[in-house]
Amino acid sequence: MQHTITALVENKPGVLARVSGLFARRGFNIESLAVSITDDPSVSRMTIVVGGDDSVLEQITKQLHKLIDVIKVVDYKEIPIVERELAMIKVNAEASTRAEIMQMVDIFRAKIIDISDKTFTIEVTGSVDKVNAMENLLAAYGIRELVRTGRIAMMRGARTP
Amino acid sequence: MRITGAQALIESLKHEGVDLVFGYPGGVMLPIYDALYDCEGLRHILVRHEQGGAHAADGYARATGKVGVCFATSGPGATNLVTGLATAYMDSIPIVAITGQVRTTALGKDAFQEADITGITMPITKHNYLLKSSADIPRVVAEAFHIARSGRPGPVLIDIPMDVSTGMLDYKPVTSPDIASYKPTTTGHPRQIIRAAKAIAAAERPVLYVGGGVVSSGAAPEVLELSERTHILVTTTLLGKGAIPETHPHSLGMLGMHGTAYANYAVAHCDLLVAVGARFDDRVTGKLDVFAQKAKVIHIDIDPAEIGKTVHVDIPIVGDSKTVLTGLLKRVEPRGETEWNEQIMQWKKDYPLHYGDDGLYPQYVIEKIWEATNGEAIVATEVGQHQMWTAQFFKCKYPRQFLSSGGLGTMGYGLPAGIGAKFGCPDREVFVIAGDGSIQMNIQEMMTAVANKIAIKIAILNNGCLGMVRQWQELFYNQRYSGVDMTAQPDFVKLAEAYGGVGMRIERKEDVEDAIRKSLEITDRPVMMDFRVMSGENVFPMIPAGQSIEEMMVKHPK
Repeated sequence: MQHTITALVENKPGVLARVSGLFARRGFNIESLAVSITDDPSVSRMTIVVGGDDSVLEQITKQLHKLIDVIKVVDYKEIPIVERELAMIKVNAEASTRAEIMQMVDIFRAKIIDISDKTFTIEVTGSVDKVNAMENLLAAYGIRELVRTGRIAMMRGARTP
Repeated sequence: MRITGAQALIESLKHEGVDLVFGYPGGVMLPIYDALYDCEGLRHILVRHEQGGAHAADGYARATGKVGVCFATSGPGATNLVTGLATAYMDSIPIVAITGQVRTTALGKDAFQEADITGITMPITKHNYLLKSSADIPRVVAEAFHIARSGRPGPVLIDIPMDVSTGMLDYKPVTSPDIASYKPTTTGHPRQIIRAAKAIAAAERPVLYVGGGVVSSGAAPEVLELSERTHILVTTTLLGKGAIPETHPHSLGMLGMHGTAYANYAVAHCDLLVAVGARFDDRVTGKLDVFAQKAKVIHIDIDPAEIGKTVHVDIPIVGDSKTVLTGLLKRVEPRGETEWNEQIMQWKKDYPLHYGDDGLYPQYVIEKIWEATNGEAIVATEVGQHQMWTAQFFKCKYPRQFLSSGGLGTMGYGLPAGIGAKFGCPDREVFVIAGDGSIQMNIQEMMTAVANKIAIKIAILNNGCLGMVRQWQELFYNQRYSGVDMTAQPDFVKLAEAYGGVGMRIERKEDVEDAIRKSLEITDRPVMMDFRVMSGENVFPMIPAGQSIEEMMVKHPK
């Protein structure tokens, strides 16, 4: 099954390679990975989405924790979380389809952040399902380019990792 | 004190108590070797191949319990350490490897002798560092030693670009570094210890299964006390050898693929398996779903990632073996001998280790080495049949007496490890027990031994083939002996002499004791004994890979 794992790590060169190496070593493909610094600039936060056997992932989580540069690891498997992803989608927008696309963007509470004579660049934020839905609808017009940030997640309520 | 990075490295090593390093110089190591030239209190041993340096540091660490240190230059020097680091990593041995690196300005530009050694060794070190600033040296060396020796020990590599070695810094020694993200759990949870004590009291057929963790944490006295107080018999892994004196009536010897039949029967029939500092390796368990299937499992280990990795654990206790066992001993009630003890003793009588007497058997040589040294010698082995025979027949009295590459199974380990052990324990006899195949993998280290008057004794159990592979081909591949013939081999006597050592050839059983006795009289150089043993002898008992005790061959099936 799919797991969302958060790791707080030292903000140092090579840490990403150490973390991703543990997954690669077992032939696991990381579905998405988002990394950036936190409110403490010496600490980075990684959100890793990976699919695979539960017991193997439990092993990997323990192994992650053993890395010297890893401060904390949480697998959100049984923890209620809020999660978001952001995508930018550059889609064909001819004069005849522009109104339609703009309406769709409105309904999804997305944003058009750039316009050319042939395209819109749309920013959409939300759950993975919402981003998928937007992408599917826009596919009909011809997507020229698409980039997704990968999932980021937090526990619901006052809890922190 | 304003000094260079290279000088700071030497000072930091001395501050960690290092007095010996095994190394091999090269271009980017020049500043460090220059600092070694007139430093006092740190001896450098020039090995003949960097792999030998890594294994020597490993052998030194296993024999003494201290951190072993090796130096190598960038590029090929560093990549030559890889097998040694992987060996130490698999067996949780604390070593610190220092490698030179090209200048920071040349990193990643395919400079001469550049290799990304921190990238290469990431999965085979406990941690590694690529230094960018001379000022970091004292802290990083202190961290490296702390990481290498604490928690579950392991190798740490520090890669030092040449300009970091030549750069200046204000040196201040660093003691007890604080690494916020690294705090190994050493004390077991008290409630789990109480549960374990209750399980031991309730068990009818308990067995202790102890591994290398007991050796590295110094918990052998606690294992013995637990066993003597409860009359629970003890089997060890290859790396756990000596955790209980194998001459003690409570010792069942080694378990697993080539373990004793009685140890394996005991584990197969026990109702409580108390695992201490062991990791349920596949060579121990065989087929997992039937391994100790009647048993509740208590698993004491410092590494939480080992708990439940392969075997279901009922009572996990994360902590240092010595600390946990000390806590457990406060709770455990004495037990007497039971029918279960009698049953195991009966198996011990029914299935003893044995070998023939119609020729020069390799096992005989090992027994004679044991007798000649009164079982006091440190033995380092290579990998193969001779390794398993040594595990079976050399009854270790102490921990840190048996040095062998267990996890990685590295041929070429034994000779340099034996040299490292002799440097660490100059007053002990050190025997290297080797095969004719593996001895050739790091034979160049004979020169290191001769150059330093290292009087180790090397017993080659020469059967003219790669015996362990040949054994598998005999048993499982219809005797199709592919790529195992080693009859084209050097004259080991002349070879030993060419290096400046002593060579002997022993072809008859009746000459074995004499040769060993003679070798013990030589105290200023290595002795290589070429024992021409039976070529077709196999290691039994044997549980074929991935199978259960039902498939155990106590002797040859034919």
